[in-house]
Amino acid sequence: MPTLETHRAIDAVWRIESARLIAGLTRMVHDIGLAEELAQDALVAALEQWPESGVPDNPGAWLMAIAKRRAIDQFRRRETLDRKVTEIGRDLETQEGPSAEPDFDAIDSSISDDLLRLVFISCHPVLSTEARVALTLRLLGGLTTEEIARAFLVPEPTIAQRIVRAKKTLTQKKIPFEVPSAGELGERLTSVLEVVYLVFNEGYSATGGEDWMRPALCEDAMRLGRILAELVPTEPEAHGLIALMEIQASRARARTGPGGEPVLLFDQDRARWDQLLIRRGLAALRRAAKLGKPMGPYVLQASIAACHAIARTPEETDWPRIAALYARLVQLVPSPVIELNRAVALSMAFGPQTGLEIVDGLTGEPSLKNYHLLPSVRGDLLAKLGRDEEARTEFERAAALTRNERERTLLLARAAKL
Amino acid sequence: MRFMVMVKADANSEAGVLPTEDELVAMGRYNEELVKAGVLLAGEGLHPSSRGARVTFAGGQPTVIDGPFTEAKELVAGFWLIDVKSKAEAVEWVKRVPCTDGVEASIEIRQVFEADDFGDAFTDELREREEQLRLTTKKDA
Repeated sequence: MPTLETHRAIDAVWRIESARLIAGLTRMVHDIGLAEELAQDALVAALEQWPESGVPDNPGAWLMAIAKRRAIDQFRRRETLDRKVTEIGRDLETQEGPSAEPDFDAIDSSISDDLLRLVFISCHPVLSTEARVALTLRLLGGLTTEEIARAFLVPEPTIAQRIVRAKKTLTQKKIPFEVPSAGELGERLTSVLEVVYLVFNEGYSATGGEDWMRPALCEDAMRLGRILAELVPTEPEAHGLIALMEIQASRARARTGPGGEPVLLFDQDRARWDQLLIRRGLAALRRAAKLGKPMGPYVLQASIAACHAIARTPEETDWPRIAALYARLVQLVPSPVIELNRAVALSMAFGPQTGLEIVDGLTGEPSLKNYHLLPSVRGDLLAKLGRDEEARTEFERAAALTRNERERTLLLARAAKL
Repeated sequence: MRFMVMVKADANSEAGVLPTEDELVAMGRYNEELVKAGVLLAGEGLHPSSRGARVTFAGGQPTVIDGPFTEAKELVAGFWLIDVKSKAEAVEWVKRVPCTDGVEASIEIRQVFEADDFGDAFTDELREREEQLRLTTKKDA
């Protein structure tokens, strides 16, 4: 096999195996930084040997065997032949004895456990959000530092530093490699879901750079979300998050116009929505519902997204249901922005006056003071009620607040028409 | 990026021979791996071509031919749709498909087109034209 091709194959093996490798090694050596080093050592060995020998039949097991051997070597060199080495040695003998029939299910369930521990430690609350994101993409997504840096438009050394520091923090604070106890699980899972959704959003509506979408990042997030849903299948919010991402991603093709400009939901050509992703999103929502637990914020948001996804035309949208879902969401996550969304849904369901009453209640909200969508929505409702003079003032105020040039033009045009 | 992974038909699949229990278990485990890794988008097995049909066009006229079709190796017996980072990753996954000893199998990997793949030839004007066409078609419908 030519070298270049082998290198590509090794990259691919790494992408598939690295998370499991690092997870298994962390359980053995109790240090995430050391585990990653060992996994990297094994990767280097593969780069040296596979071009000659070819890719082994079970590349994951090959890498793990090398990494374990290196682990033992390291411990011996440090002359700390303690319990750990015996443990690893025993592990090595029992798992790799040529006559022993491997118990796939046992290995499999422990791999899942290790992966889940890796998820929780990468998103541990002692780390900053930025560090959690970088570590998760690196250790679970199998992305290189360079890939993460490119995705977030940050210099590579910054990301490298972030990862090194994060690993150091975890070691210094002696964060255990474990799945949180039942009492803590909910909160800790929220932190994990947040990290994954943050990665998705960075890809879906990029905050920096020239492109307003970076699909590769969305795909990374969705892959993580799918892995997560399988690791904690009884947690409805994990299914809710993947449902939300699949349904939002289903519109990716339709939300950019010919000139690269954003196309809003109601102007999108629904024929371009990805029906496969919509179906997958709806299926994930059904899985969440089957668990029979109360709807969390992701399940609610995904359910709202689903209402749009199943409407063949904007007119077919089930607005009363969306308004009801927003009402439940705002109870769980009190936020004036969600309340504003609920007002729009109510106005679509029951007329502009109903919506306006809620919007009027929000005008004194300090956090919405500079939020252009508040006057923009208010202007729209006033215009529908024939209160042109007031509507014009609101559109002009919204135009002054928005940072988006296209939106400003649109708002001023609406003001001028009144 | 998405890849369509197609398992080619053989004499057995065309004869409607069902997989053995061992094969089913192995395949189930493999599919589970794909799901757990977050790469599987869809996948189905197909009935023999004797239960299908083929429509050919000549001079704008369709002709329907019922199966079975003879050239088994050209037929598809099943497929997976996977979402991976590279062709190499798709290849790596396909190398792990369980295959019974002594059975010859052939699996084809094809990348799915995405909007950006049309490259520079798909200019803004063309895009716009396509949008226009779409709008017109919708109005007619």
